[in-house]
Amino acid sequence: MNFRRRVVLKAGGALGVLTAAGAWPVQAIAKFARPVAAFKAEAPDATFEALGGKPQESDQIELESPDIAENGAVVPVSVMSKLPNTEQIWIVVEKNPNPLAGGFLIPEGTAPFVQTRIKMAETCDIYGVVKADGKLYMTAKETKVTLGGCGG
Amino acid sequence: MAGRMRIRAQKKGDSTEVKVLMQHPMETGLRKDDEGNPIPSHFITHVSATVGDRTVMECQWGAAVSQNPFLSFRFNGAKKGDELKIAWTDNKGESAETTKSIR
Repeated sequence: MNFRRRVVLKAGGALGVLTAAGAWPVQAIAKFARPVAAFKAEAPDATFEALGGKPQESDQIELESPDIAENGAVVPVSVMSKLPNTEQIWIVVEKNPNPLAGGFLIPEGTAPFVQTRIKMAETCDIYGVVKADGKLYMTAKETKVTLGGCGG
Repeated sequence: MAGRMRIRAQKKGDSTEVKVLMQHPMETGLRKDDEGNPIPSHFITHVSATVGDRTVMECQWGAAVSQNPFLSFRFNGAKKGDELKIAWTDNKGESAETTKSIR
């Protein structure tokens, strides 16, 4: 027990009170936690597990990517969700060393749509994973890669 | 090197379309240089887009996002002239932010 520890504890308590009262600028605190285990996962099933379980297949997700990508280092991908209350969108690449490429938080007022460019090590499925109403859904699309873009 | 960003934020009807191009090497850590030494990973891990204190997009990225990342999204409720701020941080603790008026 020392003085510094007391101060830290008190500061923590004050923060809790402020948050509860809504006085603390909650917006300023990152609300989209990084799923560290999901990024470290080395196979899609492990990625899904770390994200919250195997997603259910859904035809309400549109995933656009080229049928054939000449350069695996730059593969344009877009994911659009028609599922109500879409909260998050995730892009998972089946055969990348770490399948999870990235996640996108969709706050209220933002369209459930994202477009980006990703790297693909080899020909495989890209999964568009959507979290809506707390549940995970996904769709898959194969993209053929002529020149892999992950290991270089 | 890292830090430059190009943003386009254009209002179409009620929707604001955002396109961002960030300058970043996005090294996976799996590549080797000409002498066979591994190139350490260096990639953007977090991106946020805000208008005032409203978060309109937040990203958690791994190293599989392409070099010089591109991001596009749309959101409602902003006015022309509102300032859109995009900020990123990477796995080395570097960060950058750029503000752009919605037009």
